[in-house]
Amino acid sequence: MSTVTDRPPAPPETPAPVPAAMRRAAGRKRRVPYWLLLPGIAWLLVFFVAPMIYQASTSVQTGSLEAGFKVTWHFATYWDALTEYYPQFLRSFEYSAIATVLCLAIGYPLAYTIAFRAGRWRNLILILVIAPFFTSFLIRTLAWETILADGGFVVQTLNQLHILDLTSSLGITQGDRVLATPLAVICGLTYNFLPFMILPLYTSLERIDGKLHEAAGDLYAKPFTVFRKVTFPLSMPGVVAGTLLTFIPATGDYINAELLGTTNQKMIGNVIQSQFLRVLDYPTAAALSFILMAVILAMVMFYIRKAGTEELV
Amino acid sequence: MTHDSSGGEVILSGISKRYGAFTAVHPLDLTIPQGSFFALLGASGCGKTTTLRMIAGLEDPSSGTVSLSGEDVTALPPYKRPVNTVFQNYALFPHLDIYENVAFGLRRRGIKSVKKQVEDMLELVELGSMARRKPNQLSGGQQQRVAVARALINHPKVLLLDEPLGALDLKLRRQMQLELKRIQTEVGITFVHVTHDQEEAMTMADTVAVMNGGRVEQLGAPADLYENPGSTFVANFLGTSNLIEAEVTGTSGDDLLLVAGGQKLALPTARCSAKTAVGGRVLAGVRPEKISVAHRDDEDSIADGRNRIPGRIVDSSFIGVSTQFVIDSPVCPELEVFVQNVDRDSRLVPGAPVVLHWNPAHTFGLDAAQDIDAGVQEVEAA
Repeated sequence: MSTVTDRPPAPPETPAPVPAAMRRAAGRKRRVPYWLLLPGIAWLLVFFVAPMIYQASTSVQTGSLEAGFKVTWHFATYWDALTEYYPQFLRSFEYSAIATVLCLAIGYPLAYTIAFRAGRWRNLILILVIAPFFTSFLIRTLAWETILADGGFVVQTLNQLHILDLTSSLGITQGDRVLATPLAVICGLTYNFLPFMILPLYTSLERIDGKLHEAAGDLYAKPFTVFRKVTFPLSMPGVVAGTLLTFIPATGDYINAELLGTTNQKMIGNVIQSQFLRVLDYPTAAALSFILMAVILAMVMFYIRKAGTEELV
Repeated sequence: MTHDSSGGEVILSGISKRYGAFTAVHPLDLTIPQGSFFALLGASGCGKTTTLRMIAGLEDPSSGTVSLSGEDVTALPPYKRPVNTVFQNYALFPHLDIYENVAFGLRRRGIKSVKKQVEDMLELVELGSMARRKPNQLSGGQQQRVAVARALINHPKVLLLDEPLGALDLKLRRQMQLELKRIQTEVGITFVHVTHDQEEAMTMADTVAVMNGGRVEQLGAPADLYENPGSTFVANFLGTSNLIEAEVTGTSGDDLLLVAGGQKLALPTARCSAKTAVGGRVLAGVRPEKISVAHRDDEDSIADGRNRIPGRIVDSSFIGVSTQFVIDSPVCPELEVFVQNVDRDSRLVPGAPVVLHWNPAHTFGLDAAQDIDAGVQEVEAA
């Protein structure tokens, strides 16, 4: 030890009051998180809150493009829109629900395999799952026009296997056509939203400790019981996230119905799009958007309540 | 899956496990008697956990058979074997509460009324009030007890414990050692316990198998293994040993006469596991607590017929009940000695010349052809 430290340090000349500069610095530090939030909040205000308010006001306006629209609190637009377009609403939910179930049926085994059985192929398969995103949504959907083309390989095979007879009797195909039928739209939706199902499923399955499977087996659970009692319940956060990420955008989608269906397969997204861009009936389009949003919100709340995943709520 | 806990004898015959070119367990024969508390002790990677997993059915043996109370179960999947496992880190089901975790095995076997059994079992492990909590709301020690209860409720013929106390802190570990021993005595089920902690194995088990490099080095009662280690690995892994390289000069009665660094030593022939011949070399071992330390000035007061080694104190640490000395001697570079703090000799400080002496009967002999430091590193790593 040097001699300097043998003496106690000299007391400061004046008792140091907390300097104002330091207090300001502390205040700045406390405000840092808010500054970091600012870009996000600004973005949401400009591109989410403002358009919402604008559309909400549009939905209760009356008028025409030539005369201009005025807020007249004309709530009847909502009722009119609903009564006129409820078939498209119902169809949207129907197609979207079927596509979601198909995504779950196709995606779960795949996610399970990637998580538990793929070994060194895991990353390759994950890349293949994401690979379609490298192509535009539109191109991928157009490709299905070719895949499902009349007399094409897929349709011929389905026809020979008499699967088309079955689907026709269910009313989702017509004769020996798949294109321009509900099945084509559902196939498109399933294909396009499958990665949104697989990725959250994979994430929640991958998190499950393999020891739990061993423990369940050790406690007399047969392999399928292990799945039913341990694996599946523990993957529920992934199931809920996956179904929501599939169902919500699929309900509002209009590209698949536009490209793979006919006027008989129009979904609510198609109606909203044409009201906005072709008919130019802005109040009806806005009202339809709000109805869709409200119904989806209600369904999602109910679903999460039922599925009971604490992690998501 | 039977409900009687009798007949829990485990016989492993010629069982081995290979992963490609690596042999985790060399062909192994082991009989674990019914009702015993059996420990597989060794450093990580010695094959103890693999052996346990082969008994549980979680690992398929590359050769050999596993039989439980006379029945060959080698081909049975885990869910058909009458054994249960307490996993390392417990592997409790996070989505089920404590009650359902404990009831899991009963429900899988189709037992409808589980309430009484589950409550009794939670009482046995003193967790009755925690029944409706989720595992992550419990402390490590409580989770450990749930894991034991979840396994024991099925009345397995054999309970397998894979490092069950590894995740607990020292104090809790001591407490749980006694607790597990109490439960084992109470239920009388065969326990097979895997651990790397030699103290834990010695405290709890009736029989300890010390494993090293995929083989059982030595098998026996804890005191027997400690007093008569059969190899340098066991001598160093179980506690500490002073191993002195010596040359055999002859015999005298029941003793072998040795010379090490010019110092004459005696070793009971019966306690030497190595083959010896005059002129051959052996390792003479003695446990640190068997040795007495006398200041060089008092050398004359040491009784005749005791082994003695001169040396100098290099280091001494006072740890309450005893003082640990490290002594440098021409016979052996670093001898460890533990002396009970009965009458402390103030002259025994680092630098002091001393004479170490002990009863020749406390010496054991090992084959000098082995690595003298085998098993030392592992203890430090653990």
